Amino acid sequence: MCNRTIEKAVLMKNKLVSAAIGAVVLGAASTAAGAATLDDVKAKGFVQCGVSQGLPGFSNPDSDGNWTGIDVDLCRGVAAAIFGDASKVKYTPLSAKERFTALQSGEIDMLSRNTTWTMSRDTTLGLNFAGVNYYDGQGFMVRKDLGVKSALELSGASVCTNTGTTTELNVADYFRANKMEYEIVAFEKADEVVAAYDAGRCDVYTTDQSGLYAQRLKLTNPADHMVLPEIISKEPLGPVVRQGDDQWFNIVKWTHFAMVNAEELGVSSANVEEMMGSDNPSIKRLLGTEGDFGTSLGLETNWAANIIKEVGNYGEVFAANVGPETPLEIERGANALWTKGGLQYAPPIR
Amino acid sequence: MATTDTMGSSQEPPKVALLNDPKVRGLIVQLVLLAAILWLVWNMGVNAANNLAAAGIASGFGFLENTAGFGVNFSPFIDYAETSTYGTVYLVGLQNTLIVAVIGVFFATVIGFLVGVGRLSNNWIIRKISYGYVEILRNIPLLLQIFIWYKGVLAFLPGKREPMSLGIFGSIDVSAWTAPKGIPGEGFKFVIYTLIAAIVVSIFIGRWAKKRQMATGQQFPVFLTSLGLIILAPAIVFLALGSPLSWEYPEPGRFGLRGGAAIPPELIALTVALATYTASFIAEIVRAGILAINRGQTEASFALGLRSGPTLRLVIIPQALRVIIPPLTSQYLNLTKNSSLAVAIAYPDLTSVFAGTALNQTGQAVEILLMTMLTYLALSLLTSLFMNWYNSRMALVER
Repeated sequence: MCNRTIEKAVLMKNKLVSAAIGAVVLGAASTAAGAATLDDVKAKGFVQCGVSQGLPGFSNPDSDGNWTGIDVDLCRGVAAAIFGDASKVKYTPLSAKERFTALQSGEIDMLSRNTTWTMSRDTTLGLNFAGVNYYDGQGFMVRKDLGVKSALELSGASVCTNTGTTTELNVADYFRANKMEYEIVAFEKADEVVAAYDAGRCDVYTTDQSGLYAQRLKLTNPADHMVLPEIISKEPLGPVVRQGDDQWFNIVKWTHFAMVNAEELGVSSANVEEMMGSDNPSIKRLLGTEGDFGTSLGLETNWAANIIKEVGNYGEVFAANVGPETPLEIERGANALWTKGGLQYAPPIR
Repeated sequence: MATTDTMGSSQEPPKVALLNDPKVRGLIVQLVLLAAILWLVWNMGVNAANNLAAAGIASGFGFLENTAGFGVNFSPFIDYAETSTYGTVYLVGLQNTLIVAVIGVFFATVIGFLVGVGRLSNNWIIRKISYGYVEILRNIPLLLQIFIWYKGVLAFLPGKREPMSLGIFGSIDVSAWTAPKGIPGEGFKFVIYTLIAAIVVSIFIGRWAKKRQMATGQQFPVFLTSLGLIILAPAIVFLALGSPLSWEYPEPGRFGLRGGAAIPPELIALTVALATYTASFIAEIVRAGILAINRGQTEASFALGLRSGPTLRLVIIPQALRVIIPPLTSQYLNLTKNSSLAVAIAYPDLTSVFAGTALNQTGQAVEILLMTMLTYLALSLLTSLFMNWYNSRMALVER
């Protein structure tokens, strides 16, 4: 079932890229970039969300074809903010290579696919990053029996990774800066990278550290592999929208901020009904019982309450998808709230 | 009847209005069509450029000068480093595509001819094996075959730290086929020059021998002479210069062998898959070509006293080639285009590094895909041109 969905998705995505190029050449792109995405989304009744082809904890289909993950929950949050129903999302699995074209051409409404925010992507692709829902960094995974304790001992190793990612550039920079030799073996699909690393084609597997933990679960013997301590890059992962539609940009941005603010204020999916009666003005403004913040986004006043009711706050989403209780066992670390020494910080709603 | 004849021959053709002249009319229609097509293409280009500008997407070919910043693991003839430009990435990709295409075409032709002749063999086992080869390989999708070969290569080969020795051919393990790399010393270029000269002289000897045989009927051992010349002459020069060639041997390191010349397993798997797959089609083309020659040709050749070897070489094959070459060209083109499936197994060909990685790093899909498509088109047209030239040389010359 799961495989069937993915196969279908793979077929779809090939068509998609050609359609996207066609759209850019023939002129559909101008309408796609200029029109109000919110109106389109309301008219068709769902959010079309670009996700990965399967990265546990971030966006991954289960055996029934239901998508889960921290990136998926952001899409569900946007749907909840607009429709009051988190299930009104359709997913388009995309390879790293296809993701920006799919967004540029208007094939998807938002991209939530563990995508690193970089300057060139922000300024040359006609796209805008709407925030950071996971602070990541690139790491290395090796076999334990190699006896490697640090990434600085990797001179002469062959390194498996994905094509068309920032990881490919980071690894080149890191090895060059430390005057080490390496051989890069770059595959198009993450599953191919894992298979090749598992078969011993490479000594090292490199990607974002969260990805390493997630992909380690797919190896024949996860316990034989270890993630090295070094983090060689900043990888702020976040949702992306098309440039030129500020309203839609705001909706996606504030969906993430609402979830972070909710965690900070102690509002969760369990207690949101109760909190509706709270006297705390910050909570009142968040939940829409005071002020009129939703309408300025083009939404209802209870937009944030819907997000929290349907999806949960940032802490809940993190714990359910990648936290220590899940197979990925990732600590909050840099993704803790700013009040707890992390980087997750949202501007106030006022 | 007679009257019309005389009228027609004695008078000028009737004067027609320019617009009704079929020649002029045809010309006008074609010009209008051409203008319409050009206008359409021009508008598509302008529209695309406007859309890209409106959407804030970078465009133009300036990116070719920018530093690429990523690594490519296989570039035997072009110096490539992370500091190279995207323009160099394009050349590296093109080079790797050409390597696969050339090796693939060579082996596909050899295997294809052997299997094709095998299909017509009198030996039952050879005939059935060839039949099985063709039917199995041409009926399984190529992408699957590439995966099977790649997984097979990875599963079969020993790990990186226990390479298997291949004697004088170096050693092989899961990450590369490694061999000592020759480093040309002072004066090695003269050996190359001698080799080229020997090949040119051999071609002239061949022509002269053919002319002489046509004139006098005497034969000359062209093959042995040429072989001796091509091997011996460079060897003598090489020794006379004091063997100007040193070897870089692969050294075992912490992560397996380092140094020397290395061929990645992706290239091996891709070439084997492309060559065996295309060979199954070539085999059928060869069989069809041979069967197209009348049985009487063979009998006539035997009657003239030629044995079966020269009969095949001098009578059957030259005629069969006329039938074989046109469809063979299509197979060569297919092989070259199919090499773009390399992207599935991480071989850095043009589609993978340029239309893949470079596209993603720059985001300039229209320019990069246009360049890639034009490159494949140019490669295909060049192959076609060459094969058409070869075909016209082989074609029946009517007297």
